Amino acid sequence: MPTKKQVTIANGQGFWGDSILGPIRLVREGPLDYLTLDYLAEVTMSILQKQRSRDPKTGYATDFVRMIGRVLPEIVAKNIKVVANAGGVNPLACKDAILEVMARANVRGVRVAVVEGDDIFGRLDELTAAGEELRNMDTGAPLSSVRARVSSANVYLGAFPIAEALALGAQIVITGRGTDPGLVLGPMIHEFGWKPADFDLLAAGTIAGHIVECGVQCSGGNYTDWRSVPNLAMAGYPIIEMRPNGEFAITKHAGTGGLINRSTVLHQLVYEMGDPRKYIGPDNCADFDSITLDDRGSDRVEVRGAKGSPPTDTYKVSISYQAGWKASGQLTICGPDALEKAQLCADIVWKRLEYEGCKFSEEERMVEYVGANVCHAGFAVPHANEPSEVVLRLGVKGPDRAKIERFTYELVPLVTSGPPGVTGFAGGRPQVQEIVAFWPALLSKDKVSTRVQVFTS
Amino acid sequence: MVKVQLARIADARSGDKGEGSNVGVMARSDAAYTFLKSALTPKVAGAAMAGINRGEVKRYEADRLRVLNFIFADSLGGGGSASLRTDAQGKTHGLALMRMELDVPQAVLDATPELGKAP
Repeated sequence: MPTKKQVTIANGQGFWGDSILGPIRLVREGPLDYLTLDYLAEVTMSILQKQRSRDPKTGYATDFVRMIGRVLPEIVAKNIKVVANAGGVNPLACKDAILEVMARANVRGVRVAVVEGDDIFGRLDELTAAGEELRNMDTGAPLSSVRARVSSANVYLGAFPIAEALALGAQIVITGRGTDPGLVLGPMIHEFGWKPADFDLLAAGTIAGHIVECGVQCSGGNYTDWRSVPNLAMAGYPIIEMRPNGEFAITKHAGTGGLINRSTVLHQLVYEMGDPRKYIGPDNCADFDSITLDDRGSDRVEVRGAKGSPPTDTYKVSISYQAGWKASGQLTICGPDALEKAQLCADIVWKRLEYEGCKFSEEERMVEYVGANVCHAGFAVPHANEPSEVVLRLGVKGPDRAKIERFTYELVPLVTSGPPGVTGFAGGRPQVQEIVAFWPALLSKDKVSTRVQVFTS
Repeated sequence: MVKVQLARIADARSGDKGEGSNVGVMARSDAAYTFLKSALTPKVAGAAMAGINRGEVKRYEADRLRVLNFIFADSLGGGGSASLRTDAQGKTHGLALMRMELDVPQAVLDATPELGKAP
């Protein structure tokens, strides 16, 4: 079945908000079979669900449509296939927007596939009635305890529906929620004919996907030895060269900046890792400690030996729910005595709020003196107690929106009614924001069915 | 024994895990890994991170990769968007742990390259 000796897959988007230069440069700067793009985080799903409830034509990653608009001629000319979870909670509307971009550019005959089935928001009551309690994996509480406040619910789908879409001739595949590694595993399954029981191969693809899923984080970004990374500004996004036997190389296009070696790849392997021996995905479990990473020089690392095991009989579900309100704001306080004055400012704010009957518990309020060792609290850090200036950050949270709102009025007044040297209030009053909390749960796989549809421009 | 920062013999990267964070500690030599596996217990790492983490500490070992992966269960001041902290995703926790001081045998230091130096 495998016809290709190697398939080249690059990830051009590590998260929604990542630089648009990633995908644009990837299609320009070198050969590529597949471009994958990851747009969804847990918070994103809730935001998109809210957008859709206001306007049924929204609820997807608009960045993706903008990006396709810029690279369309090149991906069509070079026949680069694109797989993106840009569909959010409305993959069909995302597809419509992409077809519209193609129509405007007079690009015809390109197939766009949509994978659906991850969005179970509208099925929650049906599922709980059928005995799925969707208990919180961390606390054990049943979903019914927060049901009224739920704002989105999505299953992390696997890679096989993506492979199905590619088999139907799609050049662009749009999905809703799926795992990040699934975006690259789908093309491998399609190209090499990997089967659901090929656990070692699926593990290899999953590990490859994990390595590239955060873009430049494996090619020199956020790297301990950052001084050794050349031209980080033009860092190349990571590319997988996968072979049918599950052995692969991680590399980047020639002439790009950044750095790929055993250490940069290992850095990304451990990112957001849980049990390294058992990385649980919808299609398989992968053993990260089974692999060997060999430096081949010239920004190329060879990865071999991946071992996998069967998946569980449940999908992970990401549910978001409204969990109160929050606000935070900041002021800059200069020296002399910057830290001492900032401490006085914080004290003043809490006292003025208390005068108004507005009290926050220790749990509900936050004070940070940025510049005086906020990030590494508890560690001995030079000059932490005598900064020349500090950024005072104050924040509160809780169930009562009015109380949070009241807080936002007491920060800026410190400029005239606090100690001398308070500035940096240009942002004005802080905004009250909704807190979206997550409810990780499990759902029997037999309760979920996926659907793949293909459309032609 | 020589008192050095963990950064002398290992690298780290961190990220969020629900209401907590993970710190992957990558030993820079076999000798450093063997030493850290016995010296950098969850209790020792947890004590160093006490100003950041208020929850349990769990440690996973990946012997072939020479990685100790720590999970600090309550280190973000609430998970997701519930955190008010500057570092709501634990991005800086790896560099924090790298600042902790350890008594390391001279032989381990001799066998372990400094950051950016060839082995």
